[in-house]
Amino acid sequence: MRSEKGQSAKGTRGARGPGEGRRTGYVTFELAGGLYGIAVLDVQEVLTEQRRTRVPTAPPEVAGLVNLRGQVVTAIDLRLRLGLPPRPQGARSTDVVVRIGDEAVSLLVDGIGDVVEVEDDDLEPPPDGLSGPMADLVLGAHQLPDRLLLPLDAVRAASLDVSV
Amino acid sequence: MADQSLDGMDDIVADFLVESAEGLDELDQQLVALERDPSSRSLLAAIFRTVHTVKGTSGFLAFSDLERVAHVGETLLARLRDGRATATPHTVTVLLHLVDALRELLDRIETTGTDAGVDLAPVVAEIQAELQAGDGAPAPPAEPGPDAPAGLTVEPDAGRSAPAKGSGARPKPAAAKAAPAKSQPAKSQPAKPAAATAAPPKPAAATAAPAKPQLAKPQPTSSQPAPEPAPAPSEPAAPAPAAPASSAQRPAPVPAPEPAAPAAAPAEASGGRRSSDSTVRVDVDLLEQLMAMVGELVLTRNQVLERAAASADPQMIKVAHRLDLVAADLQDGVMRTRMQPIDHVWSRLPRIVRDLGAQLGRQVRLVTEGADTELDRTLLEAVKDPLTHLVRNAVDHGLEPAADRRAAGKDPVGVVTLRARHEGGQVLVEVSDDGRGMDPAVIGARALERGLVDEAGLAKLSTAEVLGFVFAPGFSTAAAVTSVSGRGVGMDVVKTNIEGIGGSIELESVLGQGSTTRLRVPLTLAIIPALVVACGEHRFAVPQGGLRELVGLPSGPEGTSTERVGEVEVLRLRGHLLPLVRLDDALGLEPVASEDEPHDRVVAVLETVGRRFGLVVDSVVGTQDIVVKPLGGALAGLEHFSGATILGDGGLALILDLQALSRSAREQDLTSRAEEVTESQQEVTQLLLAEVGSRHVAVPLEIVARLEVVAAGGLERIGTRWAMQQHGVVMPVLDVAEHLGEHVGPREDVALIVHSVGSRSVALAVDGILDIAPAVPAGISNLGAPGLSGSVVIDGRIVELLDVRQALLAADPRFYDEVDGPTRGSTYKVPRPRALAATEGAGR
Repeated sequence: MRSEKGQSAKGTRGARGPGEGRRTGYVTFELAGGLYGIAVLDVQEVLTEQRRTRVPTAPPEVAGLVNLRGQVVTAIDLRLRLGLPPRPQGARSTDVVVRIGDEAVSLLVDGIGDVVEVEDDDLEPPPDGLSGPMADLVLGAHQLPDRLLLPLDAVRAASLDVSV
Repeated sequence: MADQSLDGMDDIVADFLVESAEGLDELDQQLVALERDPSSRSLLAAIFRTVHTVKGTSGFLAFSDLERVAHVGETLLARLRDGRATATPHTVTVLLHLVDALRELLDRIETTGTDAGVDLAPVVAEIQAELQAGDGAPAPPAEPGPDAPAGLTVEPDAGRSAPAKGSGARPKPAAAKAAPAKSQPAKSQPAKPAAATAAPPKPAAATAAPAKPQLAKPQPTSSQPAPEPAPAPSEPAAPAPAAPASSAQRPAPVPAPEPAAPAAAPAEASGGRRSSDSTVRVDVDLLEQLMAMVGELVLTRNQVLERAAASADPQMIKVAHRLDLVAADLQDGVMRTRMQPIDHVWSRLPRIVRDLGAQLGRQVRLVTEGADTELDRTLLEAVKDPLTHLVRNAVDHGLEPAADRRAAGKDPVGVVTLRARHEGGQVLVEVSDDGRGMDPAVIGARALERGLVDEAGLAKLSTAEVLGFVFAPGFSTAAAVTSVSGRGVGMDVVKTNIEGIGGSIELESVLGQGSTTRLRVPLTLAIIPALVVACGEHRFAVPQGGLRELVGLPSGPEGTSTERVGEVEVLRLRGHLLPLVRLDDALGLEPVASEDEPHDRVVAVLETVGRRFGLVVDSVVGTQDIVVKPLGGALAGLEHFSGATILGDGGLALILDLQALSRSAREQDLTSRAEEVTESQQEVTQLLLAEVGSRHVAVPLEIVARLEVVAAGGLERIGTRWAMQQHGVVMPVLDVAEHLGEHVGPREDVALIVHSVGSRSVALAVDGILDIAPAVPAGISNLGAPGLSGSVVIDGRIVELLDVRQALLAADPRFYDEVDGPTRGSTYKVPRPRALAATEGAGR
């Protein structure tokens, strides 16, 4: 369970290709039609939707608590965290469990995509016009062959106190 | 230091630090004990050995300052031990300063790695002054020992300083200039003055020191002033006959015997409690991990049990049952590894009491009872400061100066008593003094002044409630209160700390006779019993520590079963208005959809921070041992929850923070309290209190037709029962003592409580009638003893409520047959607490 080292996304772009610049692997996922990613080294595991226990009085982004093999893990709905529209009723979500320091946090996404590896040098600044939590959490943009990947800062996404 | 580069040297230093620190803690106690019994050879021998051990090891590890100071102290101790001087209180003070200096040096070593830089001149001078003062004795230090390398005058006898020794009191050089070899004792032997024949020269046993294994010494810190028993067997280098006297951790065995106490030493050794053979030192982190894993196991067991209960497979049920037992045992065992006797905390108190007493000019005796009572080490840590504070308070404010005590006809020596014992899954710790006690009038006046209560409210508070004001934040900081009535600052902090770990605190005081502070803390924090309740689709865990009872709340439109006092919804519970907190409102839970028809709810009566309130939930799921899991960082700020836990079905439940919830009920608390007494007058039950053996038993006054006192001889046996003749009628009599299984000696007279219905009478025989208590306000709790329907506290005493129906039937099994009919319900009305049915149902 602790196989992955918890570090910030910024510090984990460590996968180095032979003879070229630093490369980072991203676990990609869909959120309201967009493609986002979290550095693969920050991700502990990806699970199908887990049974959640709601937490009254918690901020709306907190989707609940998840029993992850005996650990109590907070689940954060990334849609709400990013200020995106809520998931439609009945739509299933996927748990991307990230490890922040000693703590595991589950981030709820619409669906999981591939793991992609990109050159760090190719990271472009985030698209203009991002505002609110988006601007806070999106680290930049990677132009994939067919679409745009927005890497997220896992540490900030998983904590609520830095929100806008 | 060169030595420290050697392999394992750091470990040796670390062990040395730990062991020395333990030794010094013991020294504190032993020295205080010595003050009371200055001639105790065994104490002196033990103190000497500890200091000597520190000296020897520090010499070997080349902590020269440390060694030097220890040596000076040892010189003084040797003299005491050999009977050439007697320990006066001043000597003890000096020696305690020595302990402080040693401790400071050890701290220094721990932080900087060397013992340099501590100003030792004052303590050395002090010891030397003491040595000179007591220099009536002819002998120089008996212990030639490792010579102080820096040449500080360790030879106290100014007149006969050994010539070969160092060149007088050169100020100690800060740096450890002594190589270990230099402190080998053998070197300085020639200097030994002839007069020291009492102590044979110490052979160069210190050379064995490098081989010294730092033995695992689990340190069951003894509370007794008695010296540590020393298991000799593992002493590798102990060559000498005196070996049994040397403790296992002693690096440089000193064959130099205790000449004056030859008999004492072997005796101690045979006590062998601190056996290095039977104990190991275990890393605390490992224990924490084990505990966490056991927590997981307990959860898994809960899940297995739940499945097994639903399964029809007998094999599965059997296996689950075994798992249950094993897991419970394991949990118990692992829990016990984390338990430490409370003496770990108490051991520092004698010293504190002594110092404080000396400072204030008061004579204080500290009495401890139950020092071996164990509790979880994390809790031990948590009660340390509160306890210290309470003891300081007791000495500072509780006890009077000796003159006042004499004037009051008390023993001039004040007594502070520490008691600890296990009680109902909790640890009860008491700090009491026999001092002046607290004056409720003064405290009440002060509370008025501070606006904590108004006069009408104050008049209605019980003494205990008035005393409770000292827990109000900042209450006692006023000098006026402190000097007149007692408690000093910070009682609110004590209370907060204790409640923070799920404990409770109460205060009792009799003016002129002293005060008692009672702490109740849980045994452990990791796994706690909890009540699982449901509210809508949610389930929550309520720590049982705060749970007092469960009461059914009948359905009905709001306001029919509850009332409103100001803003607060209250429930009338046995003549008491209980402020209610509806959990769904407090947490903002959306009402369960499509549930229009009202349903019965449950009120969990909770108590925290001294306040009672009722938590309204939908239903009670059951009780369970839960493992507390912290909430993640994102949720740690939520005030209503103290954690989460995993239930038997794998689902989660949030653990409610009672203190936070009580805040919702708090504001109106005093208001409702002021009104409740007047409003509830008519609901008050009058109780007749009777004495039965050592117990106080109550029956409702309304069942009493008359009271009589008759000669015990007037009672006659009829079969297995008693009866007495009166006016030509035979009246069945129940001996309540017998009924309750209480043993009482022969009595001359018995009091009869006669209950009559129509022409039939039954008498309950008790030892005596005590009183009529006007009310039962604090709530009747269910006490599952046979023959009793509950208990209630009246004037600080537990009074048991006799189950009257049962008692009457025991006296006359046909009583109700005969009186059955319309009269029964109206005449015989035993107020059975409304809450009992629900309470029993919940298995609490």
